[in-house]
Amino acid sequence: MTRVRRWLPGLLLVSPSIILIAVFVYGLLGWNFKLAMTDKHDEIAEIPGNFVGLENFTGIWSEERWGLSVRHAIVFTVVFVGGALVLGWLLAFLMEKGIRAESGFRAVYLFPMAVSFIATGVVWRWLMNSATGEQAVGLNRLFHYAGLDFLQWQWFRDPDWGMAAMAIPAIWQMSGYIMALFLAGFRGVPEELREAARVDGCSEWGVYRHVVLPMLRPVTLSALIILGHISLKVFDLVVAVSGKQIITDVPATFMWTAVYDSHDPAKGATIASYIVLSVAVFVVPYLIWDARKGKRS
Amino acid sequence: MTAQAAEKAPRTAPAAPVRDKGRAGTWVRLVLLLLFVLVFLIPVYVLLVTSFKPLTEADPTQAWNLPKVWTTEAWSVAWEKLEPGIVNSFLLAVPGSLISAALGALNGYVLSKWRFPGADVLFTLFLFGMFIPYQGVMIPLVQLMVNVGDTLGVQLYGGIPGLVLAHVVYGIPICTLIFRNYYVTIPDELIEASRVDGAGMLRTLWSIVLPVSGPAFAVVIIWQFTSMWNDFLFAVFLTGPSSWPTTVMLNNIAGAVTTPYSQQMAAAILASIPTMVIYVLLGRFFMRGLMAGALKG
Repeated sequence: MTRVRRWLPGLLLVSPSIILIAVFVYGLLGWNFKLAMTDKHDEIAEIPGNFVGLENFTGIWSEERWGLSVRHAIVFTVVFVGGALVLGWLLAFLMEKGIRAESGFRAVYLFPMAVSFIATGVVWRWLMNSATGEQAVGLNRLFHYAGLDFLQWQWFRDPDWGMAAMAIPAIWQMSGYIMALFLAGFRGVPEELREAARVDGCSEWGVYRHVVLPMLRPVTLSALIILGHISLKVFDLVVAVSGKQIITDVPATFMWTAVYDSHDPAKGATIASYIVLSVAVFVVPYLIWDARKGKRS
Repeated sequence: MTAQAAEKAPRTAPAAPVRDKGRAGTWVRLVLLLLFVLVFLIPVYVLLVTSFKPLTEADPTQAWNLPKVWTTEAWSVAWEKLEPGIVNSFLLAVPGSLISAALGALNGYVLSKWRFPGADVLFTLFLFGMFIPYQGVMIPLVQLMVNVGDTLGVQLYGGIPGLVLAHVVYGIPICTLIFRNYYVTIPDELIEASRVDGAGMLRTLWSIVLPVSGPAFAVVIIWQFTSMWNDFLFAVFLTGPSSWPTTVMLNNIAGAVTTPYSQQMAAAILASIPTMVIYVLLGRFFMRGLMAGALKG
């Protein structure tokens, strides 16, 4: 009884949040999945829709636009996650031993994080303007100045690799964050370990290869999780840079048009479910792993 | 990696990297870092330069030039168009971030110092809420807000209160995480001593814990303010024209083909000023929020 009296007040104090999370996160996720399994393809209709099982989940693959948006999301994810990881790592590597005006450098690399994708999308749409030749502005114009006209391309309007261009602003925005993560990771490696490796005859590169890099694995995993889940739900950036164009359609923008233009709740919910699943597939194991690790230590 | 490690890292870093293969390496690194600074600042240059140009200089051939005539014409037009959105964003982000901080403090306090059975599992369940793509709850959320609003006779969907509610609820995980990780560093003996003195849970929170919580409050308020200010997804799904925040307004202004680049860029800068000011003045706390977002390690 005394034990209960000891923890009950705490539970009560947290209970509003527990209820909110239960309803708004888990309840609504469940509701969304349920909606995705109905034939409620008309938002006006008062009827709740009939249960149709996984029909929507399989049916959507026959839609060309869905296939396209999935392909776009994959291209975007590969380029963005890879690019931000490499650039962030490189910046951290260049700074890890301390450099003059380090806080200044960090401030510059990180500032895009403080700004919305909508605001930066405005300038990136200009920079990645698809006009070439005499009409070229933005980066294409810059290539022209540099005598590199052959580099001019359609950027995000390129039918095949446009989404690779779309990843550029995202890399610009997020690599400072990844740099900060890696920088903390680099500096978490005890100096004695490096010293010991040097005493054992390791070259400076050997120290990195055998001592520092293996110790960066947990940071790399965190960075991958963060970048991955941002990438799979990317929305603002695509809307800001190209609006609702099919050529840059991703699942999140497809869902938006399914809800507001096609007025098809079941389809919107189906796409949303796919987005959730694609993230949950790697985030859930990560969270469980993280919780277990916390218990051990 | 913990927030504390990230904070401490820069200070404990070796300030004088001498041993390294001499000065050449340091110079190469410095030059590379400066080069990246230039690349990172290209969008800033474009934003500023374009926003001060008169319409007569909106020619592709002058795209990268400084304005011949500097004018704030575009700025005043942009301000006029954006002002209602900026007011709405403040009405959203100020109360929203304060409520978030209060909830986060309560949860973090209980989950670190007044634990109940199952607190760890609950915390992990909370954390999942941090990673879910909000698309997965959006359609039912709209429905729920409409229904609840109708039942209670208040307007939740379409207005700012509903948007505040959504941000507060989905901000619970990150706010709880930040406060919990911060409170873990308060010695348990302190809480125990207070308990022995006969102080209850709330009394201890008020007289022992809250007085030292300043930094955590700063981190959470800044984090939530920034994400509410920069959010587009919730805003576009949950608000109507009269309560559109800055991002939605900016997207509409910039998305219209009739809006000249100078006005788009000026509007993008205006929309970013509040979060940039916070970043410049309180970057340290902003960083800690970012690091918390990477979970602990």
